[in-house]
Amino acid sequence: MDLFLQQLLNGLSTGSVYTLVALGLTMVFGVLHIPNFAHGAFYMIGAYVTLTVMTILGLHYWVAMIFSVFVIASLAVLSDRLVYHPLRNASPLQHMIAAVGILLFLEALAQVLWGADYRRMETSYDDVVHIFGLTVTEQRLLILIAAVVIMAALHWFLRKTMIGSAIIAMAQNREGAYLVGINANVISVLTFAISGALAAAAATLASPINLIFPAMGNLVIMKAFVIIIIGGMGSIPGAILGGYLLGVAESFGATYISGDYKDMIAFVLLVIILTVKPTGLFPGRVH
Amino acid sequence: MDKVMNIRNGVILTFIITLLLPFIVQSQYVLHVVTMALIWAISVYGYNMNVGYVGSLSLAHVGFFAIGAYTLGLLTVKAGWNFWLAFMAALVLSAAIGFLVGLVSFRTKGHFFAIYTMCVGFIIYLIIDKWDSLTGGVRGLIGIPHPAPIGPLTFDTLTSQYYLVLFFLAVTILVAKRLLHSLLGRTFLAVNNSEELARAIGISTRKNQLLSFVISCFFAGLAGALYASFVRFIGPDIASIVLGFEMLMYLIIGGIGTLAGPLVGTLLMVWLTQSLQFLQDSRMVLFGPVLVLLVIFYPQGIVGGITNHWRKRRKRSDLKHSESKLPKQVPSHRVNARR
Amino acid sequence: MFLKVEQLTKRFGGLTANHNNDLEVHKGHIHAIIGPNGAGKTTFFNLISGFQPPTSGTITFKGTDITGMPPNKIAERGIARTFQTTHLFEKATVLDNVMIGNRLRTQSGFWDAIFRTRRERREEKESLNKAYKVLEFVGLPHLADEPIAGITQEQKKRVAFALALATEPELVLLDEPAAGVNSGETDGLAALIKKMTKRGLTVCLIEHKMAMIMSLADRITVLNQGERIAEGTPKEIQNHPAVIEAYLGGGQPESSRTETV
Ligand SMILES: Nc1ncnc2c1ncn2[C@@H]1O[C@H](COP(=O)(O)OP(=O)(O)OP(=O)(O)O)[C@@H](O)[C@H]1O
Ligand SMILES: [Mg+2]
Repeated sequence: MDLFLQQLLNGLSTGSVYTLVALGLTMVFGVLHIPNFAHGAFYMIGAYVTLTVMTILGLHYWVAMIFSVFVIASLAVLSDRLVYHPLRNASPLQHMIAAVGILLFLEALAQVLWGADYRRMETSYDDVVHIFGLTVTEQRLLILIAAVVIMAALHWFLRKTMIGSAIIAMAQNREGAYLVGINANVISVLTFAISGALAAAAATLASPINLIFPAMGNLVIMKAFVIIIIGGMGSIPGAILGGYLLGVAESFGATYISGDYKDMIAFVLLVIILTVKPTGLFPGRVH
Repeated sequence: MDKVMNIRNGVILTFIITLLLPFIVQSQYVLHVVTMALIWAISVYGYNMNVGYVGSLSLAHVGFFAIGAYTLGLLTVKAGWNFWLAFMAALVLSAAIGFLVGLVSFRTKGHFFAIYTMCVGFIIYLIIDKWDSLTGGVRGLIGIPHPAPIGPLTFDTLTSQYYLVLFFLAVTILVAKRLLHSLLGRTFLAVNNSEELARAIGISTRKNQLLSFVISCFFAGLAGALYASFVRFIGPDIASIVLGFEMLMYLIIGGIGTLAGPLVGTLLMVWLTQSLQFLQDSRMVLFGPVLVLLVIFYPQGIVGGITNHWRKRRKRSDLKHSESKLPKQVPSHRVNARR
Repeated sequence: MFLKVEQLTKRFGGLTANHNNDLEVHKGHIHAIIGPNGAGKTTFFNLISGFQPPTSGTITFKGTDITGMPPNKIAERGIARTFQTTHLFEKATVLDNVMIGNRLRTQSGFWDAIFRTRRERREEKESLNKAYKVLEFVGLPHLADEPIAGITQEQKKRVAFALALATEPELVLLDEPAAGVNSGETDGLAALIKKMTKRGLTVCLIEHKMAMIMSLADRITVLNQGERIAEGTPKEIQNHPAVIEAYLGGGQPESSRTETV
């Protein structure tokens, strides 16, 4: 029973990270219909930026996170303006190839700037806490709480501000949004900024319990794709639910089935789902 | 007309050079690099026959390359099969798994297809990486034999291996060419252009997509098997998605959907990679943006661009002469390259 | 009956795009389907040609039930269609576009392609001849080598006809064939449609241009909000109270239309 709860908690904290990454991915897909394969690279660069300003400038963890959030948000906006925007009338194939180009560039860039070695991010939150008979590191608790706070902020922004509701409107109906006179460029920039910010936050939260290396984004982005397909491409609640579900499923899979194959759970899950329902679990949101 | 002759002469010249290459270049290293490039080219041709012809972007292509390589490797090293038997098995297995994967994955459309195949590719990678007892895991598989002799032909020298690879590349290009100019190839292009219209004129899109996918998996497997027997050591990284992206890049740069594109793109990029050795693994700092720029400004790639340019010029000169022309007759047989 | 549609219904979620519609098309006729924007006309064609499965109802073509068949099978049985927005293969030439229309009448597969078998060469030649023949029919043989991107809207409509004809259909469904062309060109297209029926074809068309419909159609079916509200000869339809009512709801038929091409 203890083991069960322990793994549940671990799974939820991993799931929090997945959720944050998947949220950005699903928003970009919902609004712009781009499967942003480069999103994982944003995540990876986010981790490195945090690490760098922590070690070189000696900034505090949370300050470094905010710094990284701004850097990656700008990076995402830059990729939108320089790459995706010029391609807005191009075929989906071109979008995907362009995304691959960005991904390859960022990964190589990380290797040039920071080397191919595995890096570790020091944390001042590595004490162990005991609650309800469970042992958790502070960092895992922080991940859980921070993710909820970030999602609450996002929810507030999307629901309670004009521009936020415009994003939602656009995600649900592009043409409709045009009719209402929403400036598509502003929405596009903002959506990318949010997705980049979420990726950076997720990376910063996850880094102290994982390793940092140039290819670290690949697995995460693939899992995020699985999540948003499970949750419905473009669906925000779907991404949240899917993210936590996958985190927990992996955690239990690693404990009760095999640690070696835990990364495969997501992909097998997806293959099964798409085999049974080729249009995803929640079709109809976007075409 | 003399333009056509130029192209034909160009092809013949290229062919002669490739035939004589082992005598022209003395460096074993160069010959080794060229042979590797030709193996990649086979795989890229296979890729083109799917993504370039029917237009569905599979991200599992490199997985089938690995399936070909590991099938050959495991059957020769662990099961002690005859080389050519294992070689055949590698091709058949790649195509067969491709068929099964395609059967399911073509139920999905567009982005879903790309993501689905990406997951399939990653599952293949994970199986190779984690199934230690079978594949050797990260340690890889060593001691794969060179191709066994066929009658008097032996393949234990670099030169002979070069010719073997060249032979298979020639076959691949022939298939790619015949296919492109056939009724089936036209059907593939129709599906690529508009699935809806294709179905309206009685074409089964699913069947054609599946067929082209299986063909591409077959050639990926062929390239993989050749790779394994040439390098004699294989590890899980030959199934990594990054290698798949690299093949995609060769294709885009050379010219997607074109006949010469895969060869031009692969040779150019391998050559660039060699000349930019000092960049090593960070060459993507350069190539990544190149890929992006190409997709934005020059999506037809080198060969596609040249063909377009050439066609426009011919058209202009046609117009000049057209006043004197007689009404056109139905040509008995036309070869067309649409892009 | 050549084409018989019975109690055809299509729902998209809460919206009923077609509701218990019947239709009978006689061989050799030109049968028009009219109705205000959003009446469900295109959906009706999508159902007949197999692009969407009906929620309920049956479609019988030449005595066989074709309900629920995939579009390629329906095309094989002799129903061709054009689309409201012409989408041809822009990069290819007119001839290449039309040639592929004969694909469903050919058998050559992978091995024929690789070995350039006699069958492949024969079928290629047949397809080519057929393409020239239908281009001749629609009056565009001189544009055979022109890329689609370089021809006019009206010529594109004709190419779309030619492509449909290359499939050797017995019934053609034309979705707004005269949208986006001027009135002189419209007359030319009308003459072409007439010529099709002279060749023994049966035509079903959706159109908003009333003058064209009235002179062309043998029978007219009127849809409004997914329901058939009238059917009859052009004369009968012109004076049908329900039709006038439906059109008056949205202004005059001809002028209410904002042409989207
Ligand atoms: N795939 C679909 N999903 C949901 N609703 C649809 C779909 N296709 C059509 N509709 C709806 O069904 C109704 C009928 O559409 P349809 O395109 O058949 O009209 P139409 O008579 O062809 O109109 P128009 O004259 O403008 O071409 C419309 O309200 C349309 O929005
Ligand atoms: Mg319509």
